[in-house]
Amino acid sequence: MRFKARVLEAPDIGRALRRMAHEILEATKGVDDLALVGIHTRGIPLARRLAGLIERFEGKAPAFGQLDITLYRDDLTEVKRAPVVRQTLVPFDVAGKRIVLVDDVIFTGRTARAALDALSDLGRPARVYLAVLVDRGHRELPICPDFVGKNLPTSKKEVVKVKLSETDGEDAVELWERS
Amino acid sequence: MRHLLDFEGWTEDDVRAIFETARAMKEVLARPIKTVPTLKGRTVATVFFEPSTRTKTSFELAAKRLSADVVSFSGQASSLKKGESYQDTLKTLAAYGVDAFVIRADAAGVPHQATRWVDAAILNAGDGWRAHPSQALLDAFTLEEAIGPLRGKKIAIVGDILHSRVARSNAELLAILGAEVWFAGPPPLLPRHPFFGARVTARLEEALKDADAVMALRIQRERISGGLLASEEDYRAGYQITEDRLALAAPGAPLLHPGPMNRDVEIEGTLADGPRSLVLAQVANGQAIRMAILYHLLVGGGS
Amino acid sequence: MSVLIRGATLVDARGVHGVADVLVQNGRIASLGGGEAGRVVEARGMLLLPGFLDLHAHLRTPGEEQKESLETGLRAAAAGGFTAVVMMPNTRPPLDRPEAVRGVLRRAAGVRGARALAAAALTKGQGGAELAELRLLANAGAVLFTDDGRTNEDAGVLAAGLRYAAGLGRPVAVHAEDAGLRGGGVVHDCPLTVALGLPGNPAEAESARVARDLEVLRMTGGHIHFQHLSTKSAVRLVAGAKKKGRRVTAEATPHHLTLTVDALKGLDPLYKVAPPLREEVDREALIEALAEGVVDVVATDHAPHTLAEKAADFLRAPFGIPSLEVAFPLLFTELVEKRGFPLVRLVEALTDGPRLVLGMAPLHLEEGAAANLVLVDPGRRQAVDPARFFSKARYSPWAGWELVGWPVLTLVEGEVVLDRLG
Repeated sequence: MRFKARVLEAPDIGRALRRMAHEILEATKGVDDLALVGIHTRGIPLARRLAGLIERFEGKAPAFGQLDITLYRDDLTEVKRAPVVRQTLVPFDVAGKRIVLVDDVIFTGRTARAALDALSDLGRPARVYLAVLVDRGHRELPICPDFVGKNLPTSKKEVVKVKLSETDGEDAVELWERS
Repeated sequence: MRHLLDFEGWTEDDVRAIFETARAMKEVLARPIKTVPTLKGRTVATVFFEPSTRTKTSFELAAKRLSADVVSFSGQASSLKKGESYQDTLKTLAAYGVDAFVIRADAAGVPHQATRWVDAAILNAGDGWRAHPSQALLDAFTLEEAIGPLRGKKIAIVGDILHSRVARSNAELLAILGAEVWFAGPPPLLPRHPFFGARVTARLEEALKDADAVMALRIQRERISGGLLASEEDYRAGYQITEDRLALAAPGAPLLHPGPMNRDVEIEGTLADGPRSLVLAQVANGQAIRMAILYHLLVGGGS
Repeated sequence: MSVLIRGATLVDARGVHGVADVLVQNGRIASLGGGEAGRVVEARGMLLLPGFLDLHAHLRTPGEEQKESLETGLRAAAAGGFTAVVMMPNTRPPLDRPEAVRGVLRRAAGVRGARALAAAALTKGQGGAELAELRLLANAGAVLFTDDGRTNEDAGVLAAGLRYAAGLGRPVAVHAEDAGLRGGGVVHDCPLTVALGLPGNPAEAESARVARDLEVLRMTGGHIHFQHLSTKSAVRLVAGAKKKGRRVTAEATPHHLTLTVDALKGLDPLYKVAPPLREEVDREALIEALAEGVVDVVATDHAPHTLAEKAADFLRAPFGIPSLEVAFPLLFTELVEKRGFPLVRLVEALTDGPRLVLGMAPLHLEEGAAANLVLVDPGRRQAVDPARFFSKARYSPWAGWELVGWPVLTLVEGEVVLDRLG
């Protein structure tokens, strides 16, 4: 893979998340019944940061959970090796909640589809939103995020790498190209 | 992982991968909706040439929790002998498009032979005296939940070792996890040669001393009719796990039994139902472990 | 019909005799110096040997012809270079009556293949309790007595049988295993098979029985022949008894000479045999004993079953390995070629060795001798292909093994019964 460009630096990511937190609060009109659920792997620290920002703005923390969607993937017959199934931890009752699913990048929309299926197996939320740091286009399903940090037009050969200090030691969004 | 016949060639990492998946499966089983779509469109056949309601139910439920279709066959090997062979039975089922066979047989090696007969994943659900890998995985998983990592721990396995697939698979797996296994039982029910590095003793006290966990095995009534054991009383006198004897083990050492238990034979009744017994945890974990095994056998292998 | 076999190297139990042109006429070796013949076989580079005699084969007739028939069994024998085969009596019913022995010999006489000889049951129904009509059986043509397949648990009956058989000039062949020690054992009892979860049959089941039988022989006199020895300890006991001058002979099988318990790792019932495949030290001891003559004879214990029966599980599949067609190339390749085992000794163990057990005269490559001959090609390298067996048992533990020394021509009393030269 060949490095092409650094698209977002740490301060850009911080600003994008603050804006997203405000947009979430604007749409949900408060923290009551609000829950942020991060999708493994990088959706989790992003959801945790958004929850922190919301708490700072509102003085009250939303509920927080983490979701692994491996068991809901639709490509399990095609993968070479069984992917690692990680912990799903949703320590609150999903029923009646307004839930914001958080992921780092939206691409084909298949992960979001799997996350919706996984979430609906946990209960029946009142409303589900989708928040992503980067929307890189090329959707294969009728899914559209509600909150987007950065719209980034890409070609299919390109790869978007989101780095977060919690998982990668630094905050950045990079564009690479498959050779 | 193509088949699960035994633990030959397994590393600790392989075991850890199954345990990690099993923990995720436990979370699924704790939900109001206990089903995930992972194996939708896949077919699992349970083929039991030896009756075992418990293991069969556990596997079938595990497959259904993962949304696989389940077909099942039960038949005694003795009736097979007259007409249909193992091979015919498996090939007929394979024609339905079975992706995995879960096979139980009273003779060692039938799952091995099956790998030569049909093109599907083979999961050994117990073959004769040989191996019962899913039981060993759930035992070790349950043990680690109770007492932490097993490396360096002393595990005593008591009873009819010679005829026990549970003893063999546990010894094989516990060796991979770095535990020290001690077998104890009446000499006619002990192997003449040790296996998988386990120590063998006829003195129960030696095995129990400072053990971090104790597992009692089922005593088959046919050992008495076969003359290897004089009576249940004779067994109890030497090898029943009682409060007094368990006091030799490390404080709080848990007690396991693969079931079904002969109440008051292998284990004193009050102990079996007491707080140190992990018997029900074993059953519950059995389902999660079997889901994890099916996941690792049936997911992947694509291009 | 006369045949001239030109340019082969002659080998028999006496030694290697160099190249000769062997003329076969009227069922006999007419000349070692060539001559006119209806057929001339160019055999340069090949070995001409006396036809082999198998002391131990199960041709399953009468009663189990789905496993093997006289036709398939005797043709398989000829294909393996055997010109005579002793048929075991554990048929259905067993060969425990003179008319049964006559019947099977009469039927076998019509088959173009190896010549059939009959072993008869030592006890009625091979039940081990009452002696069969040994004199009438001998008169009917039985060359030895055995309850093979069963073990002679009652030493008193064996003692009576040995004494009776001695009077008739016949050996008693025993399958030496203590039934109690063997228990339900289906494989050699050792660390590997304990881990495999298969019931073990300890080496001591064989050696304890050999020890007992040697004590019985000391008491009775007569001639005891130990079938298919498999353990180092049993070989030692036989060596000791021979030193003391007892009339004891013994055989070893191609499978015990070439395979060990390690073959069982895949849990394939193809390797299920009684006595079981043992350890490398046992195999080494057998090879050494064969070289020294402590083991007198190589006998196949050819034990065919249907493939369906062998596809049962390890506990239920029947015991037995078929080997008539591969025995010689197998031992020639694995023993002679690969480890320098003396060829003459191997030939002896397949010719004069078994003939002496039966009290027959030696068979050597000389003018006037009966033309029971086998021509083998040490240059022909070929993989064992069970699909091409004459035997009904079209499977083999040696399938795919690359062997040399395949028989290419077998003559029984001058008649060509196997021809792979065309």
